[in-house]
Amino acid sequence: MAEVKLFGSSGSPFSRRIEVALKLKGVEYEFIEEDIYNKKSPLLLKYNPVHKKVPVLLHNGKPICESLVILEYIDETWEGPSILPKDPYERAMARFWVKFLDEKCFPAMWQACWSIGEEQEKAKEEATEFLKILEGTLSGKKFFGGDSIGMVDIGANFIAYWFMLPQELAGFEVLTKEKFPKLNEWKNEYLNCSIIKENPPLKDKLTALFRARFQAVGAAK
Amino acid sequence: MAIASVQLLGESPSPYVNRVQIALNLKSIEFEFIQENPYDKSERLLKVNPVQKKIPVLIHDGKPICESLIIVEYIDDAWNNGPPILPSDPHDRALARFWAAYIDNKWFPLYRELRAASTEEARKELIERIFEGLVLLEEAFVKCSKGKPFFGGDNIGYLDIALGCYMGWVKATEVSIGVKFLDEFKTPGLAEWADKFCSLNDFKEVVPETQKLVEIYKMFQGRGKPASG
Repeated sequence: MAEVKLFGSSGSPFSRRIEVALKLKGVEYEFIEEDIYNKKSPLLLKYNPVHKKVPVLLHNGKPICESLVILEYIDETWEGPSILPKDPYERAMARFWVKFLDEKCFPAMWQACWSIGEEQEKAKEEATEFLKILEGTLSGKKFFGGDSIGMVDIGANFIAYWFMLPQELAGFEVLTKEKFPKLNEWKNEYLNCSIIKENPPLKDKLTALFRARFQAVGAAK
Repeated sequence: MAIASVQLLGESPSPYVNRVQIALNLKSIEFEFIQENPYDKSERLLKVNPVQKKIPVLIHDGKPICESLIIVEYIDDAWNNGPPILPSDPHDRALARFWAAYIDNKWFPLYRELRAASTEEARKELIERIFEGLVLLEEAFVKCSKGKPFFGGDNIGYLDIALGCYMGWVKATEVSIGVKFLDEFKTPGLAEWADKFCSLNDFKEVVPETQKLVEIYKMFQGRGKPASG
């Protein structure tokens, strides 16, 4: 029985974060693909009864839930490149920004992709505002984590794929090179760094997923 | 006049500010408490927390740290004196962080919705959801405490501080709407824990008395967004 198991979904950026972290630390794990839209497995519901979501990391039989909690656990449990900085102030900053990503950026960007009409315009404005703040933190840095990827870079993974793809498919643009030169540069560096390049999310699968969602949203208009 | 190396911007009715006060006191850190009204934000607050514009903000040697639980972890990381706030075992730490996030994102917001609720039906539904959450928290308490008095074991820790600082407002809500949330029959472990936590000096010195919070509760019935976090 594998010591480390990850219940996840290849379509989920949150699940993807954990795969990146485990690969960064060189941890071997068994990936269990969950069908999160149609039928969640009894094991997932057993290990995450509170939220019933992916990702769930199972280590030595004990489950850990919530992607940011799992990332900290991985950093504390296994040797290898650090996910969080060592300096207490830098750690606090990393935690602050990754919380900002999850509580502000992601919801606004998600809304911007999937809502319609006035709601979409409002979401696009909000997303632009939050992305501007994020852009500001990249001054003089290759990655949010400095010279190498860290917690905030891993947390911002949805900007690299999960936002760029829907923008292309839907034909709207919030994250343009002109408005966000640093974020666009970050995105290219992130996608090109070895750990991500060697383990890209499945573009075809994501494209199909987003296309299906767009059709569903379009049908609702 | 010398500027204190540790300053805390906030006000005492905020449970988020209370968390930081308790953590600083646990580590015997001297600090300057700077009163900030979250409903009438000063230039100073907007300068040190331009993104969220909320209290508490801890300023240590001129550097601001925001978000109460992030500040508590910072205090644990930055100062070695005093007892550790987070558990030492990584899995226990993960559990503590998980439940603190649940409390902040899912459970306590129900109290705000309850305060703002305008119909009896809405109030009833929210009260039911709060009780469902308490059942989950009871299980969490049994798991984390491992038979000891606090989530942190023999002494209070991160999760005690995270949940405990809401107890002032839980009691104020109990008084204001006549519902007993921490029931020794429904959630015995949690009820006993709450009694113990609220009788500690760490709590009493920092959280305003229930009656004061009841008066504030009445003022905010019907209002919306929190200004601290």
